[in-house]
Amino acid sequence: APRPCARALIPRPRAYHGDSPARLGTQLDSGSAVYQENYEQMKALVNQLHERAEKIRLGGSQKARERHISRGKLLARDRVDNLIDPGSPFLELSQFAGYKLYVNEEVPAGSIITGIGRVSGVECMIIANDATIKGGTYYPVTVKKHLRAQEIAMQNRLPCIYLVDSGGANLPFQADTFPDRDHFGRIFYNQAIMSSQNIAQIAVVMGSCTAGGAYVPAMADENIIVRKQGTIFLAGPPLVKAATKEEVSAEDLGGADLHCRKSGVTDYYALDDYHALHLTRKIVKNLNYQKKLDVTIEPSEDPLFPADELYGIVGTNLKRQFDVREVIARIVDGSRFNEFKALYGDTLVTGFARIFGYPIGIIGNNGVLFSESAKKGAHFIQVCCQRNIPLLFLQNITGFMVGRDYEAEGIAKDGAKMVAAVACANVPKITIIIGGSYGAGNYGMCGRAYSPRFLYLWPNARISVMGGEQAASVLATVAENQRALKGKQLSSADEAALKEPIIKKFEEEGNPYYSSARLWDDGIIDPVDTRLVLGLSLSAALNAPIQKTDFGIFRM
Amino acid sequence: RSMKYATTTGRNITKLLIANRGEIACRVIRTAKKMGIRSAAVYSEADRNSMHVDMADEAYSIGPAPSQQSYLSMEKIIQVAKISAAQAIHPGYGFLSENMEFAELCKQEGIIFVGPPSSAIKDMGIKSTSKSIMAAAGVPIVEGYHGEDQSDQCLREHAGRIGYPVMIKAVRGGGGKGMRIVRSEEEFQEQLESARREAKKSFNDDAMLIEKFVDTPRHVEVQVFGDYHGNAVYLFERDCSVQRRHQKIIEEAPGPGIKPDVRKKLGEAAVRAAKAVNYVGAGTVEFIMDSKHNFYFMEMNTRLQVEHPVTEMITGTDLVEWQLRIAAGEKIPLSQEEITLQGHAFEARIYAEDPANNFMPGAGPLVHLSTPQGDLCTRIETGVRQGDEVSVHYDPMIAKLVVWATDRQAALTKLRYSLRQYHIVGLHTNIDFLLSLSGHPEFEAGNVHTDFIAQHHKELFPNKKATAKEFLCQAALGLILKEKAVSDALKIQSQDQYSPFASSSGRRLNIFYTRNITLRDGKNNVAIAVTYNHDGSYSMQIEDKTFQVLGDLCNEGDCTYLKCSVNGVASKTKLIILENTIYLFSMEGSTQIDIPPPKYLSSMSSGGTQGGTIAPMTGTIEKIFVKVGDKVKAGDSLMVMIAMKMEHAIKAPKDGTIKKVFYKEGSQANRHAPLIEFEEEESDKRKTE
Repeated sequence: APRPCARALIPRPRAYHGDSPARLGTQLDSGSAVYQENYEQMKALVNQLHERAEKIRLGGSQKARERHISRGKLLARDRVDNLIDPGSPFLELSQFAGYKLYVNEEVPAGSIITGIGRVSGVECMIIANDATIKGGTYYPVTVKKHLRAQEIAMQNRLPCIYLVDSGGANLPFQADTFPDRDHFGRIFYNQAIMSSQNIAQIAVVMGSCTAGGAYVPAMADENIIVRKQGTIFLAGPPLVKAATKEEVSAEDLGGADLHCRKSGVTDYYALDDYHALHLTRKIVKNLNYQKKLDVTIEPSEDPLFPADELYGIVGTNLKRQFDVREVIARIVDGSRFNEFKALYGDTLVTGFARIFGYPIGIIGNNGVLFSESAKKGAHFIQVCCQRNIPLLFLQNITGFMVGRDYEAEGIAKDGAKMVAAVACANVPKITIIIGGSYGAGNYGMCGRAYSPRFLYLWPNARISVMGGEQAASVLATVAENQRALKGKQLSSADEAALKEPIIKKFEEEGNPYYSSARLWDDGIIDPVDTRLVLGLSLSAALNAPIQKTDFGIFRM
Repeated sequence: RSMKYATTTGRNITKLLIANRGEIACRVIRTAKKMGIRSAAVYSEADRNSMHVDMADEAYSIGPAPSQQSYLSMEKIIQVAKISAAQAIHPGYGFLSENMEFAELCKQEGIIFVGPPSSAIKDMGIKSTSKSIMAAAGVPIVEGYHGEDQSDQCLREHAGRIGYPVMIKAVRGGGGKGMRIVRSEEEFQEQLESARREAKKSFNDDAMLIEKFVDTPRHVEVQVFGDYHGNAVYLFERDCSVQRRHQKIIEEAPGPGIKPDVRKKLGEAAVRAAKAVNYVGAGTVEFIMDSKHNFYFMEMNTRLQVEHPVTEMITGTDLVEWQLRIAAGEKIPLSQEEITLQGHAFEARIYAEDPANNFMPGAGPLVHLSTPQGDLCTRIETGVRQGDEVSVHYDPMIAKLVVWATDRQAALTKLRYSLRQYHIVGLHTNIDFLLSLSGHPEFEAGNVHTDFIAQHHKELFPNKKATAKEFLCQAALGLILKEKAVSDALKIQSQDQYSPFASSSGRRLNIFYTRNITLRDGKNNVAIAVTYNHDGSYSMQIEDKTFQVLGDLCNEGDCTYLKCSVNGVASKTKLIILENTIYLFSMEGSTQIDIPPPKYLSSMSSGGTQGGTIAPMTGTIEKIFVKVGDKVKAGDSLMVMIAMKMEHAIKAPKDGTIKKVFYKEGSQANRHAPLIEFEEEESDKRKTE
């Protein structure tokens, strides 16, 4: 059902006629067949997304959860809920990490919950182990998710709260979790670096912190341990016995009493999970942290149009073109958009708007990128960087235009201008892939490699170096050429047999869940939630002062 | 100004000193204002910001909070009368109202005492004297011992002669103070001592009398007035039978079921009594009445009674005005024939007390107070406003709710309707108890007697029924919305007020946020799973039932209302959240739901008092029976506390050895302060492990 657009009477400074940005978007024919089909297909994908998320929300097996609760412990998500300000939103990241990633092993949410929430009014990165999945041990994807969360915290200067309940590295996967740069050790490296940068590191020991895990609380600025529940030791009782024949209980070896009274490894003594989270909120309150915005804000205003119309506009058929302005109209404050260079390079839409009162420069695709579009994009990025305006990339791109004329025109150097501008831009960048993301278009529109602060996918998104059919055709052409050299011909049946597995592979690997499972993005979102997710992400990003941008050489 | 002149002939009163506090001071000031008499109030340090101080034209500080050093200090009050040049002093009720010495002192100082002559106070104040006067006037009296010999031995013998049960009463007592019922000889000694202690404290005189205790009697009293011209009239009777702790809580006029001829006999007996002591001013003659409507003289109260408004309502008079006019030397404004009875009136006394805990008097702030709208037929007699405090130093009465209607049933309906609109938060009150009392079928039928509460105890204190789930939903919604209001207020102060993180939407990505709220309904915890829907509504699941809930808070005046819909049923409820309790007030009644504090908070705060005793309320430690090392049994008296002018025995909660006594006799203990600590027993240790 369409939501009513509540619009408060907001006093604005005295303005000349037409001073406020033009309203964007049109009333759609929601009865049209295309709209209906789009709507239903997208809705089906969204329903699937919700169903899958609902399963992931549960965490480990019912047996594991019951055992966890019977010990008086809270489930990882309940810990997060009780930590953040009551009733406030939680921006969960990488919900689908580990989704169908390992053979015969389900690792819901990568066995670790990460996300941003307000704790005592301060936006914090929360990292919570889920001990109901293999004792909270770290799979390779767990490490990756943990590190990504730390990266986000570092980029946006968010205090980190680690709710630790983990048996350490998952031993069968040790080769993929231990030795490399971006493996387990990086967690503590990050803690040290962030602490040195005055980004608070707070650890709450709510379960075991064994071996390497012991360093999470040990490296924290302040930490809390729950009595008769949390333990910290470099080696657990079995290993101690093996090494020295000493027999000792886990509690005596590394419990709250030992660490709070004797070793000084922990600072606060909590009676239970609730108490620990209460103490954590107090610690954050004492950070003396103040968020200072580097941007102007204006009163937030709902868009003029219901958000679920996005389903009907975009649909799931990537071949079907839509006007990205209709998408923008359903995301930005009051559907107001000041378009930049509207008449030039019109396959790229650029302009200024606000989301939850924060300023944003939006770059959206309305077709394939030409030289003009790329130059316009580079120009717009420069403008935003000069003015400390965060950038939003609405990605739906098949790539740059190909062909002799375009090559001759120098599309490669024009495309490079845009890619260089995107790479260097130091303002917060947020990317949402709302359709296809192919080839160099992915680069120019701030794909993962260009370090956007946040990157989200809609459930209809597809990411690959090129479309599956194009790839199959390319490979078929290569095969045809090879056969031609041998004087052979490629029958149409052979061609189909050659193409089919390639199309299938591209389809599977370009799927948003395939991407999300591998941390190639920060999450799959319901198009209806786009505005909220952007608002939360911008709010989080603005915790870090906006750095000046230095661009490199633009090939002219 | 000669004294002769002052007491016998008319003298204009242009300025009146009110030697009292609370509602009666306000009541007197109101009439003074109406009559154009300037009013001067007195106040103790505890009452500096009281309503009566604000209402009076001028006010004078008379010392510290304890009434002995302020409201009972005759010298200070006389001094204020002189400074303020008041011609008359109205003593209200309690305090100095029946103090013969004070009446005498006023007379000597040439100040009009608005009350009877000291001789009448003396005659009626000493119960033994009053009874013999009554006997001489031919009014039947109840058997008793009123002798000089106050030895324990003598009193016990007389009690035996009269036959148990007997009543021990302070000779100079009143208002239930220094009064004990003794049902057998075994408990005589303890009760006697206790009565003496209380009497000494209240009246500085511990002489006792013994009386036959009449079972299931009615308490019927007649309002009388006398003047300096030898006239006396009666203004019909009041029934004040329903009492707790020997104190009235609900009064009515006229007495239910009393026939006109009995009424006339009562009135005439009362007038005879007044005339026998040359009574002047307002007085009340109390009778004990049996089921056959035989009545016996009990005592005469030589003051304006708390419950005088019910008489005013049925006779259309202003008795304070009468008092002042008579004190000024005028004749009684109406003759007996001119005084007519119309309709029926009730008065319910709203007390700060806990009916569930043996009506333990309470004290504390009136955090929220709203009353029904007053009008010609509804009076709210009070001396406190929202934000005021019910002080531990004085009587814990908060207000009197007085209603009038053409007949008893209509008046009772109105009383109950008005009681439902009386909302108090901050301390325990007897409002809900008054509602169940006034709704009891036997009360409705007029079958009242002084044992009413004891007899109908079971129905009056029903086992608390589980609160309806719909109310629990309202409470949970109220909690969430209040929390939202707080974060919205904080949000506006921040520089970053439009951030969606500051919203209270409970949004999660791709999943719904379900919040587990635990509320305590009486002794039971109720788990409510609240799911935040995207449209701003909530789905609340309690046990196996799910409710769709949405609503808003709106402020009207200084009250917050919860406008909400639960499964489509809309309602508007007054909402107050104070510390860990949610209060909901609607016409369906009041609901009180607790928010259990988290375990870590409760286990820390109760840690210190585990296995000991705590002060039930703020008060003074009167007597300590035990010392460190004593072995006691559960139920043994450990100490006696005096609070709210009442004695409270502190008993041992369990068998054990006294480890520590935290107070000395005479020291003050705050509510919930630990009083006595027990040695930790082996069984306790095991429990805490």
